[in-house]
Amino acid sequence: MRVTKYVITSSESDILPSDIAMKIYGSKYDVSVKETCFGVIVNGEEKEIEALVKDIRAMDPSGIFIKDRGFPPGDPRRCRGRRGGGARPGFYMIESESKMLPMISRALASDAEAPAIPEKKKPIQMKKLEEIVKEELS
Amino acid sequence: MAKVIVYPPTSMILSDLVERMGHKALVVPEAVRTLVTAEGIESPPLNVTPEEPKKGLHYAAVDVPSGVRGRMALIGPLIEEAEAAIIVKDPGWLTGCAGCSRTNELVRLLIRTKGIPVLDLAYPTDDAEARVFVQNIKKFLEGLK
Repeated sequence: MRVTKYVITSSESDILPSDIAMKIYGSKYDVSVKETCFGVIVNGEEKEIEALVKDIRAMDPSGIFIKDRGFPPGDPRRCRGRRGGGARPGFYMIESESKMLPMISRALASDAEAPAIPEKKKPIQMKKLEEIVKEELS
Repeated sequence: MAKVIVYPPTSMILSDLVERMGHKALVVPEAVRTLVTAEGIESPPLNVTPEEPKKGLHYAAVDVPSGVRGRMALIGPLIEEAEAAIIVKDPGWLTGCAGCSRTNELVRLLIRTKGIPVLDLAYPTDDAEARVFVQNIKKFLEGLK
């Protein structure tokens, strides 16, 4: 079965989407690749893609992230060139999570024990708020 | 290797971390791929056949909006397959197939009532939280068979 995967680089990674594309062009794998602003989209037989993804991840283990994609690259049902422009629905999730990737990369690269985080303040309970209002207004 | 469903079901970070730790992430794009790349598409363009709403009816009643049933036709079978779950609370940017609040409530409910191990998290906002986020996921996944 042919599968499609996104390979997304953290903005702090030294690896560029073009580096990944060049590595794929020079590899033995029979896959198609599309370069994008946030990484590359690769499409091919499942076994080949799995092996390729391992090779790509080795370029920067903590800075490269992989995500499944349902539609093949350039599919007219999703390609914005055919739909009259605008981002496709799945882009917003990638865009939002991409902003967090540098933090996640640093966390993956760090061997240090996670620090204790103080519990965040919870909003005041309604009953307590009612009591305060009554006290203030009485 | 355990099958782990992630919420949001289209999350790149969660599915990547699950696959990185040697488990199988159950995600919506896989379900979409099965439909849209099937040979001899029966119902173009997205191959949503009359069978899809029937699948959705397993999880939501007929008077529930069709969008919920349509989404459940994709996400419901993933929940049935799941052996563990990672849920991120209030992601705040859900769009597309993950953009329906009622479906999301139902998905979280079905995951919780299934009785599988569930890890609840919030997306990190700084480096310290990110380290805790990653280590919690690591510990949770290491504890799975």
